[in-house]
Amino acid sequence: MRRFTPNTEVDFVVIGSGAGGAVMAKELAAAGFSVVVLEQGGWGAYGHEQDYIKDELLHMYSQDPVNRLMSDPNRQRNTFRRNDKEKAVPGTHSYGCVVGGGTVTYGASSWRHLPYEFKEATHEGTLAGSGLADWPITYEELEPYYTKAEWEIGISGQRVNSPLFSPMSKDYPVPPLPQKSSGALFRNAAAKLGLTVVPNVAAIVTRPYRGRPACVNCGMCGGYGCHVKAKSSSAVTLLPAAVATGRCEIRVLSYAREISLGGDGKASGAVYFDAQNREIFQKAKAVVLCANGTETPRLLLLSKSKSFPDGLANSSGLVGKYLMSGNACTASGLFDQPLEEYKGAVTGAAILDFVPSDPKRGFYGGGRMTARGQESPIQYALQGPHSAPSWGAGYKTALKKQANRKLTITSFITQLPLETNRVDLDPDVKDAWGLPAMRLTTTSHPNDFKSMEFFRQKSLEILNAAGAISVWADPVADSTGGAHSRGTCRMGNDPQTSVVNRFHRAHDVPNLFIVDGSSFVTGGRNHPTMTISALAFRAADHLVRAARSGTLTARR
Amino acid sequence: MNNHKAAIATGEVIADNSVPSRRAFLASSVAGVVSAWLACDWPAIAAAGAHAQQAAKQSAEAGRPVAFAVFTDAQAAELDAMVSQIIPTDETPGAHEAGIVYFIDRSVATFASSSRTLYMQGLEQLQAKTLEMFPSDSKFSALNSAQQIRLLTAIETTPFFKTVRDHAVIGMFASPQHGGNYRKAGWKLIGFEDTLNFKPPFGYYDAASQ
Repeated sequence: MRRFTPNTEVDFVVIGSGAGGAVMAKELAAAGFSVVVLEQGGWGAYGHEQDYIKDELLHMYSQDPVNRLMSDPNRQRNTFRRNDKEKAVPGTHSYGCVVGGGTVTYGASSWRHLPYEFKEATHEGTLAGSGLADWPITYEELEPYYTKAEWEIGISGQRVNSPLFSPMSKDYPVPPLPQKSSGALFRNAAAKLGLTVVPNVAAIVTRPYRGRPACVNCGMCGGYGCHVKAKSSSAVTLLPAAVATGRCEIRVLSYAREISLGGDGKASGAVYFDAQNREIFQKAKAVVLCANGTETPRLLLLSKSKSFPDGLANSSGLVGKYLMSGNACTASGLFDQPLEEYKGAVTGAAILDFVPSDPKRGFYGGGRMTARGQESPIQYALQGPHSAPSWGAGYKTALKKQANRKLTITSFITQLPLETNRVDLDPDVKDAWGLPAMRLTTTSHPNDFKSMEFFRQKSLEILNAAGAISVWADPVADSTGGAHSRGTCRMGNDPQTSVVNRFHRAHDVPNLFIVDGSSFVTGGRNHPTMTISALAFRAADHLVRAARSGTLTARR
Repeated sequence: MNNHKAAIATGEVIADNSVPSRRAFLASSVAGVVSAWLACDWPAIAAAGAHAQQAAKQSAEAGRPVAFAVFTDAQAAELDAMVSQIIPTDETPGAHEAGIVYFIDRSVATFASSSRTLYMQGLEQLQAKTLEMFPSDSKFSALNSAQQIRLLTAIETTPFFKTVRDHAVIGMFASPQHGGNYRKAGWKLIGFEDTLNFKPPFGYYDAASQ
């Protein structure tokens, strides 16, 4: 791997190596630019000779910052509160924190947004009390980049010609994952209820693809790194390609603490803590911020200067606001025969009928229902069987009887953007580096609770129709953070009501680009990764053209 | 029971909307258990696993316990009686046959050393509780099964019991290399196949739909 000294002014410093940062790094390096990627996590297993460990105890309890795959709320400290009146308490918010970011451990669902998901205000009105707005770009503009992302990354799925499915100019490169027993039960229920079931769309290759082998259905998938490299994470797709150009360095264990501003009002690089806790300044001609929907706004808020006393690129005051951390709903049922959901990928099938918002339901919102039930042995046994004692003969009997017999429906649901929901800096709590911790303040709109309850009821109906012998669902609950955070540097044409323009350039800083979930104007159906990837390919395309034509740092 | 829900991340972190269970989790001693386990470091678990596996093997071959690292033989017997009620032996092996006491001993000796005081104090409390409830006996392991269950029910909300319960469960279902789950007793119980290579159909319903 090519290495640069921090004093070398590289063309781009990219902060974060997940779904957004990896695309940017690869596209910029491939176009001939020098790139340093600052990644706060370690290499994961890919930098070593061994593969990812598939030992549940080792994996789930590993705290070693070099080997762990998710951020540690004890180090990347965060606090949480429901509203401004509450005092924030220590939070559990966590996200992918390794080379490849969240794409290493995610369940790999890779749904495109639907065309109307870019125009929700047009379709739904602005909804009192919400920040519902149209995106400054259309599905049609993004479509070629979805296609590019699907082929570059390696996505399995089946194109479906239906208004419930995004129109595609090209098929998926590989066929879909096995439907699993959960998918078969979905189909049984759907046949009775007249619903539409389609194979899951996933960043997992089902056939050898560009030098990587097909998925072996090991089952230790969601939450784990893939030991055969069939999961198309950034770490095995885009980042190796970026490094192979000889113009990209991935600098691990590098925790960014500031984007620096030069006297000319342009970003001059980034300051980070290295593994030895030294503060290092990496010089760059432009900065590409891809640290995720929560760390991106936090880094901007941490980057205060005379020209930006409230945080870099924050003249609108909207950095950190409109946080959508993601609403979901789960319901489960037991069946009399084994599903063996612990084998294979997280989910193989989805019901799409309730993706569109339907005024007949009496509220705004939609969601995608996915069939699942994957649990590893310790996870299953610690949680314990449903409605059974937690120890003793009754525990053991139920543990045996219920093993592998559970279908769980997880619905990924809309969440309205609200200005009051936000990421900011905690006034009291510091992270392990001594920086103000991230504070999350979020309460979903009342409308969103109606959506979640709708999906809760639908899930129970589907489980019953599928033939479950018992069904249950926890009461709907509001989100408290998580890796799907979006909306906190929203994209728009007006610098007063948005943070970045339609090409992800910060309105306030001409050579600062923000490319991750924070750019989202509305949240879609809480399946953000593929849209982040597509937006990044589009942003990179623009950035390369701008850099080549010498207008990279020109103000608008 | 549901306190354990949030103890283990479900893998794909979608959005944490499990507020009630997570609150319950944080409020319960499980938080202590898990954070104690979280304090461990990766190579230490692997090393401890190798030790524990060896100990369990030697014990099985010799037909008697090998030396414990943390617990006295008497303490180990009490702990063994306790975990044997948590995951009892019936027509299939329980915690006793799975060597859970070895798993716990090696864990507390190494990567879970922060639980050591809890165990030592808990075992003393167990003895005190035994004397209190059954004055003619001083050892939990000497009680009959019904008495043991009565006693454990009386202490089931204590941090000590919850810790032992969770450690017993983790040992029963973790890879045998960590010293428990001897001869994959736990995995056999739940029909978990120890391989990383499966071919569809995986279960009954996808097979039936083909």
